[in-house]
Amino acid sequence: MDTVLLARIQFAATTIFHFFFVPVSIGLVLLIAMMETMYVVKGKEEYKRMAKFWGKLFLINFAVGVVTGILQEFQFGMNWSDYSRFVGDVFGAPLAVEALFAFFLESTFIGLWIFGWDRLSPKVHLLSIWLVALGTTISAFWILAANSFMQRPVGFAINNGRAEMNDFFTLIGNGQLWVEFPHTVLGAFATGAFLITGVSAYKLLKKQDVDFFKKSFKIAVIVALVSSFLTAIFGHQQAQYLVKTQPMKMAASEGLWGKSGDPAGWTVVAAIDPTTKENTYEIKIPYLLSFLSYSKFSGEVKGMNELQAQYEKTYGPGNYIPPVRTTFWSFRIMIAAGCLMIVLSAYGVYLAARKRLDRLNKWYWRTMLFSISLPFIANTSGWVMTEFGRQPWTVFGLMQTKDSVSPSVTPGQVLFSLIAFCLIYAALAAVLVYLFVRAIKKGPNAEEQTDAHTHDPFGKEEYHAVS
Amino acid sequence: MLSLNELWFVLVAVLFIGFFFLEGFDFGVGMATQVLAKSDTDRRVLINSIGPFWDANEVWLLTAGGAIFAAFPNWYATMFSGYYTPLVVLLLALIGRGVAFEFRGKVDSERWKKTWDIAIFAGSFLPPFLLGVVFSGLLKGLPIDQNMEMKAGLFDMVNLYTLVGGIVVVVLCYVHGLLFTVLRTTGELRDRARKQAKTALIPLAVLLVLFAILTYTMTDVFEVRGGLLAIVAVLGLAAFLLAGWFISGKRDGWAFGMTGTVIALSIASVFIGLFPRVMVSSLSSAFSLTIDNAASGHYSLKVMTIVALSLLPFVLGYQIWSYFVFHKRVHEKEHLEY
Repeated sequence: MDTVLLARIQFAATTIFHFFFVPVSIGLVLLIAMMETMYVVKGKEEYKRMAKFWGKLFLINFAVGVVTGILQEFQFGMNWSDYSRFVGDVFGAPLAVEALFAFFLESTFIGLWIFGWDRLSPKVHLLSIWLVALGTTISAFWILAANSFMQRPVGFAINNGRAEMNDFFTLIGNGQLWVEFPHTVLGAFATGAFLITGVSAYKLLKKQDVDFFKKSFKIAVIVALVSSFLTAIFGHQQAQYLVKTQPMKMAASEGLWGKSGDPAGWTVVAAIDPTTKENTYEIKIPYLLSFLSYSKFSGEVKGMNELQAQYEKTYGPGNYIPPVRTTFWSFRIMIAAGCLMIVLSAYGVYLAARKRLDRLNKWYWRTMLFSISLPFIANTSGWVMTEFGRQPWTVFGLMQTKDSVSPSVTPGQVLFSLIAFCLIYAALAAVLVYLFVRAIKKGPNAEEQTDAHTHDPFGKEEYHAVS
Repeated sequence: MLSLNELWFVLVAVLFIGFFFLEGFDFGVGMATQVLAKSDTDRRVLINSIGPFWDANEVWLLTAGGAIFAAFPNWYATMFSGYYTPLVVLLLALIGRGVAFEFRGKVDSERWKKTWDIAIFAGSFLPPFLLGVVFSGLLKGLPIDQNMEMKAGLFDMVNLYTLVGGIVVVVLCYVHGLLFTVLRTTGELRDRARKQAKTALIPLAVLLVLFAILTYTMTDVFEVRGGLLAIVAVLGLAAFLLAGWFISGKRDGWAFGMTGTVIALSIASVFIGLFPRVMVSSLSSAFSLTIDNAASGHYSLKVMTIVALSLLPFVLGYQIWSYFVFHKRVHEKEHLEY
């Protein structure tokens, strides 16, 4: 295997893994901040217990998210040095700002939050968790600013054989960023919310701490519905933007070889043959692709063959068609998972509004437990579509993936690091799942019991407190 | 007046100084969990003494990495791809260490704790060692060709000079960490930490002198910046002697400040020796990476300067505040599991 392929596998594996934890952190911390706000405003201990219990899961998850993130920052230079040389002037800036602006904020205030329950006033403690939440979201903004440059490069000029930034505000005003950022962050909110609804559903099914988990469920299911719904809205915006800026990705995600015709129908499923460049079978919903692309029921969408010819003229000979089946199916998997999320959370909100959470909804609780996986499926397939669909480019129209890799790194080195990182990540995943299950089984009351144990009745302070 | 390229060179140096000063002590405390601690309670107290800080300290490294990427993309590309294998090991060590702090206390079992204790020790020992090797390699020179590609074999990276460099950084961090322990703990553990720090000063002095001699004979930095480096060396010697004096006088805060000063001056001297280069080529001085041929364009540097200078005061402000919040010593009788 060559360095390019190995480096791509490593990037895909480590980034997908990293992005299991990032959305959970972004989503959970928001919900924990909301719970702690209710604690501070209403003064009810129950909300504090909620913040602490879900906080436990958050911290386990956060640790994995942080350490897998360090690798991300190093990986560009290690495996993709020619890419880093070519775009570092533009691409490095958002990464540096992310570290300076977001990483410091979240890492400092997470320490204050964990160790500060007894040392900070409730309000300052609450502020700490909100600042962590802010930090995680700011972090998403800057890394997506960098990614948006790869999707639609703006705010630069080619000087001395490389891309140099010439307008910072164009870079962060990138239209791609402003559809990609809300779509991704709202998806992350939904991920955290579905984790809480799923775990709560499991506990309700087991009839453990019913009041506690009913309340948690209620808060989370509302966030789940709002954020899944808005994620879909911004997804629609992003698709419309895609038609304008990366029509090839859109055509590939539709399995559209020739012209779509006007009005364009949306392909639900298709049997795609990339060698003959045609689909042997497809089911279409009329008008829908026109609507997805232009928010109206007419309009044509360009196909891959036409775009290929056009790109050959612009960029020279080569294959500009991304892996069509991967792009097509990941798009559909994302949409299916997203739709299920909206329906399931809407039903949960309905149950909560009609005060029917008391009744035993066995099938619904079970479904919600398994639905924890839905946002993960949607997040991953969404990124697979975005990144596969951009191929053969790393930076659309500027630099191809095959030219981005480090010339001085050997396939053996990448293979070694790929195996090493996959092994350690597999171990992390196993430990994380184990700790999650353990913490969930113990439930929210475990903490108070250990708290009581750590107080030594013959300790100095306790002794003086009594005497 | 500094040019933007010079300013960013200084900023990168400052970020690394901040990193080694701060994460230096938590690396040291991490090593102390095996070398100094005698019981599980000792270990728990040591870990809790850095609990609120280590994550934010590590961000200094990430920010330094990000700053190199943004301000000197060619430096970032050459160094990170050239030092591929050491960086893989560094990442594995940091990954294991980071989760170990969080996971260690979650299950009440001896084997579980021991496993994570190994991760904490390895993760606190290997990174300063590897970074010491990398930094002294930058000074000594690496096979960098006319296309800025570094194709280094094992012995280009690991040799007498860089090994001594790595060990120096490890011992410096360890002593610095011991003094942090003296500041943040109580009782017998604290006394032992102080005693060990005092004993460790002599081997540390030998190592530092050895490294200075090797630097004089094996690199060109004294020819390039001899005068300035001599001043730094004298200041370093003074800080070192003061550290010893303060330890004996049990003026712990001052002693900690002095080992921190020795660290800061050591890192500063690396950057002084390099300037205006960022990586020395052993093939030809014409191939060395400098603050000019490795840098981003003027516009990028200007934007980054504005962003960095407006954010840094806030970052420093809340980080210092967090140290103030947790200024109380960690007591073994208090609630230790988080």
